[in-house]
Amino acid sequence: MKYSVNDKGYYGKFGGAFIPEMLFAPIDELRKNYQLIAKEVEFQKEFHSLLKDYVGRPSPLYLAPNLSDKYGCQLYLKREDLNHTGAHKINNTIGQILLAQRMGKKRIIAETGAGQHGVATATVCALMGLECIVYMGSVDIERQAPNVARMKMLGATVRPAKSGSQTLKDATNEAIRDWINNPSNTHYIIGSVVGPHPYPDMVAKFQSVISQEIKMQLKQKLDRESPDHIIACVGGGSNAAGAMFHYLEDEKVNLILVEAAGKGIDSGHSAATSILGTEGIIHGSKTILMQTEDGQIVEPYSLSAGLDYPGIGPMHAHLIDSKRAEVFAATDQEALDAAYELSRLEGIIPALETSHALAVLSKRSFKKDDVVVLCLSGRGDKDLETYIKHLPNQMANNKSDNE
Amino acid sequence: MNRIEQLFSEKKENILNVYFTAGYPKLDDTPKVARALSSLGVDLIELGMPYSDPMADGPTIQQSSQVALKNGMNLRLLFKQVQEIRANTQIPMVLMGYYNQMMQFGVEHFLDRCMEVGIDGLIIPDLPLDVFENKWKTEFDKRKLSMSFLMTPETSNERIKKIDQLSNGFVYVVSQSSITGNAQSISKKQLEYFEKVKSLEFKNAKLIGFGIHDKVSFDQACRFAHGAIIGSAFIKALSKTSSLENNIKDFITSIR
Repeated sequence: MKYSVNDKGYYGKFGGAFIPEMLFAPIDELRKNYQLIAKEVEFQKEFHSLLKDYVGRPSPLYLAPNLSDKYGCQLYLKREDLNHTGAHKINNTIGQILLAQRMGKKRIIAETGAGQHGVATATVCALMGLECIVYMGSVDIERQAPNVARMKMLGATVRPAKSGSQTLKDATNEAIRDWINNPSNTHYIIGSVVGPHPYPDMVAKFQSVISQEIKMQLKQKLDRESPDHIIACVGGGSNAAGAMFHYLEDEKVNLILVEAAGKGIDSGHSAATSILGTEGIIHGSKTILMQTEDGQIVEPYSLSAGLDYPGIGPMHAHLIDSKRAEVFAATDQEALDAAYELSRLEGIIPALETSHALAVLSKRSFKKDDVVVLCLSGRGDKDLETYIKHLPNQMANNKSDNE
Repeated sequence: MNRIEQLFSEKKENILNVYFTAGYPKLDDTPKVARALSSLGVDLIELGMPYSDPMADGPTIQQSSQVALKNGMNLRLLFKQVQEIRANTQIPMVLMGYYNQMMQFGVEHFLDRCMEVGIDGLIIPDLPLDVFENKWKTEFDKRKLSMSFLMTPETSNERIKKIDQLSNGFVYVVSQSSITGNAQSISKKQLEYFEKVKSLEFKNAKLIGFGIHDKVSFDQACRFAHGAIIGSAFIKALSKTSSLENNIKDFITSIR
């Protein structure tokens, strides 16, 4: 198995657990319990029953006829945007809350960027009656107001992270500090395939329900289990990990990761980690990250709060390093254009994060009979304000197109 | 024997280790602060290498690190400043920072520079025991550099043994389940932990850190270990309105 995790938590040379001693005991406890509990029949039964009846899985695999026509391929959208709470994030929080419950934890903490993971965490905490504290960068609290309101309505406490760039990276630092201060009664639900072992592996496994369903759905629709290409956006990389999980070792399936180029890769305002980054350590994991020569972590930028992260998960670092995956970067503008295109052509308003994945369709050509699965990781409700701000531009573009 | 081992072979109690962030409050204050500490009879200096994302540190140290980075602090400059400090004093000095900083500098190159400028030891809280043991221990030994690992109230007995075995000079005893800078009075549970710490038979000295902020907490820690480490409280003292020299003098004389 070339692309899966080894027993020390490494994907090739990436991964591991580079953590201060204060985190050793809680992470060791989690690692041991995760390995035992996640295998239990009862656990799996409850996990899958909640995914079905509470989340609304399986999510549809939808052949998008108009985009397929336009881009000359058979484009299938994996509709994670139709999940309860509006994104793939809930797959992971359901898994981790069941684990936390079985470990006897009374208090849940989480970090969030776009607020999707925060909402998904607040949701499962409400469901299970556990205390919930979500750390969110002050900048993100401003730009994702609807999700902040949702978390509060669900009973969670939202704590602003005021250090550094006041975005996802800083929210993660604050959550880690909270855990250091409360190691025994608290479980930290990380929202992506980042952080120290076992998080990248655990989150990828809980998200792998996505590729499991894609397999079944392709079998039913096309009598084949594998697509030719899978496309997903990458911030930390959890929807990509989930959509690709069961195809990692099947090298006939081409994997396409799309990062956020922000205002342009060389603009100094970007989150294109794999292009701008180098090997190092961030949030307890050896991976690729954006940093200075001196190893100081660089503040990333993307219009999309969910992709505004200076690292990527160690699994993705390995997929990219070993050339198993192709990487593209889409700018803010390209993502906005793609969001409007999907809205107008298919009647689906995607999340700004997901729009980066859609932007790849105009960057890369496919063969007419290529089966392409794109993970439509989230819906755009939370981004309406941003979209509307750019509406006049888009209208002008459309108009000039028609002339 | 390096300066740290020398210190612990001569002195067994009330050892005062003071932490401060290099390049704070001003970029060229590092040698001034170090010299002042040395002349006031501080036993050991722990020099913080400012880092953008200091996972184990609290808001006070993170904030001082941000100021230092803004001032233009970097590792090349820090090594020069240490060289300057070494021209006047033989006080034992350890560097505290994060593994990524060493990696980007080049670990062996980093250790070479430490040795050349007169650093005696390192504290790298996110460097895992096994990575140190398998990859770097011999490189440390070759250069006579000490390594201090941290232990906490949650650390298992088996792991405590390993930590003492791999450390060299002193073990950093974290006083509570906490980030740095949480000053609270000592609880009953903590007292039990300190009793346990006292009874541990170590090859190394033990220094208690995290939350040690005044004479009372320093004296209390010294009853259970060879001494204690003061960090955040000293950083706070450095930012007071009086002159740098007076701030340092007032604080250290209040402890001793």
